[in-house]
Amino acid sequence: MKVSREEILHIAKLANLNLKEEEIDTYLLHLQDILNFANIVNNAPVEGLGESFGVNENENVFRKDEIKVFEDNEALLANAPEKERNMFKIPKVIQ
Amino acid sequence: MDITELTVHELQEKLEKKEITISQIIKAYANRIEEKEKDVQAFVTTLCNEAQEEAKQIEEKVAKGEITSKLAGIPIGIKDNICTKGIKTTCSSKMLENFVSPYDATVVEKLKEENLINLGKLNMDEFAMGGSTEYSAFHVTRNPWNLNTVPGGSSGGSAAAVAANLVPWALGSDTGGSIRQPASFCGVVGLKPTYGLVSRYGLVAFASSLDQIGPITKDVEDAAILLNIITGHDEKDTTSEAKEKVDYTKCLKNDVKGLKIGIPKEFFGEGINEEVKKSLQEAIETYKEMGAKVEEFSLDIANYSLATYYIIACAEASSNLGRFDGIRYGYRTQNFSNLKDIYRNSRSEGFGPEVKRRIILGTYVLSSGYYDAYYKKAQQVRTLVRKQFEEAFEKYDILLTPTSPTVAFEIGTKSSNPLEMYLSDICTVSVNIAGLPGISIPCGVDSKGMPIGMQLIGKRFGEEEILNAAYTFEQKIKFRESNKPQFKGGVC
Repeated sequence: MKVSREEILHIAKLANLNLKEEEIDTYLLHLQDILNFANIVNNAPVEGLGESFGVNENENVFRKDEIKVFEDNEALLANAPEKERNMFKIPKVIQ
Repeated sequence: MDITELTVHELQEKLEKKEITISQIIKAYANRIEEKEKDVQAFVTTLCNEAQEEAKQIEEKVAKGEITSKLAGIPIGIKDNICTKGIKTTCSSKMLENFVSPYDATVVEKLKEENLINLGKLNMDEFAMGGSTEYSAFHVTRNPWNLNTVPGGSSGGSAAAVAANLVPWALGSDTGGSIRQPASFCGVVGLKPTYGLVSRYGLVAFASSLDQIGPITKDVEDAAILLNIITGHDEKDTTSEAKEKVDYTKCLKNDVKGLKIGIPKEFFGEGINEEVKKSLQEAIETYKEMGAKVEEFSLDIANYSLATYYIIACAEASSNLGRFDGIRYGYRTQNFSNLKDIYRNSRSEGFGPEVKRRIILGTYVLSSGYYDAYYKKAQQVRTLVRKQFEEAFEKYDILLTPTSPTVAFEIGTKSSNPLEMYLSDICTVSVNIAGLPGISIPCGVDSKGMPIGMQLIGKRFGEEEILNAAYTFEQKIKFRESNKPQFKGGVC
């Protein structure tokens, strides 16, 4: 499958990434290269086989819905790029 | 006696006989790091001063009988994608350059229960994406056997630190070979446990259905000891299996008589270096001499597995790394006027090129129109790979392959060609796809004296079989007695 310039820009937008002009060509080339290789999955003898999302046999591991308070608020907030009192600070969302 | 040459079980013996003290051990490592770290650059964060303080405290408690763990005071290095409370966990990324985890990973809690001492956090490819540690955002780690070559990756810091005697053992993580391949390149032992045997809680997620934490050690006995510490069910990781604890040191019997070893011939085909092949063939002969029953068979999954691996791993990564948005933790751009800008600019400035490449690939294979052709197909191939391994294990106890098609390559030779770098994972990824255990141990050196690794693959939860087979081989060839890293070459 051939990937177009528009497609890679669309994908970058979905992934919340900006691509610089010089990056677009490089990523396009690499993506194309890797996809050409990855295409061999379409030759694999998988007729009638189901999909594996993992190797565990476990399904729906439940636990009680109990509130556990994480005490160390300070350690959590210490990583915030910007904060005010005990809150994470972000720019205004509603204009 | 050079303390840093000793394995952990040797250190433990000497501690028990009171021939050495915990403080002496930590001091010896601090000196070694001081001497060699500038050449190897295995660490992101070193904790030598803290470790020496901790050693004194542990010694006092041991003297008072407050600590009874036999491993108390043994130092360890930890890959920098495993969360350590109060100590930076950077994933070797600008994105997490200043991130201090507010909690310990479950495996770190387990190390602390044994009173092990953390000597530092080890370098890696950014977010564990790579096979050479060249994609670290901070610095390239060098292979102690030849400083101009890579240590492998992504747990390159862990493997190089163990090989260079900067730590006696270390934790790594393995998503597609990231413990086994660097262990192979650095001439040490690396074990990727069965998926679900070790809790992933606190391991920064790359590809959640493939990631596993495991030991990188000087010898097989140490790998068994470290595995004993880190295994166990954890309710914080729903994919961790509720299995009874096994003492993995008990399976080291130094006997492989009658062991059925399968040799998948496709893993010895095109692309595998001739010297690697030759060394592996010698290893196979050694197993035969020791009484194992060795048979070649066909397991034609290597190429499918590799393609499947890159589809699944990147798809999961693109989702897992969505959390890095510059809001609650991690890098935040200075350049923004609204929330959308924060997301996009923080991610674009904070992630390195390989991480972005994989996020783009992952987003592509999950996007509308391509999902069926790539992601769905890859999940079906995953079923195929599992099935083929299951069939193989009906006939054989373990499988034997090279760990990597080549020995350690020179720094800079593959980093500009991503596909070529990906191809070097061809022998290891299928083990992750099927969730099996795999161990890499050194089996020889090439004509330039660089270590060659052999991989043994077991059935699910078949750690005991591969550990015993690895141990028996190790006792026979005694690799460590005749081969040591030479720190050849210089820092360019």
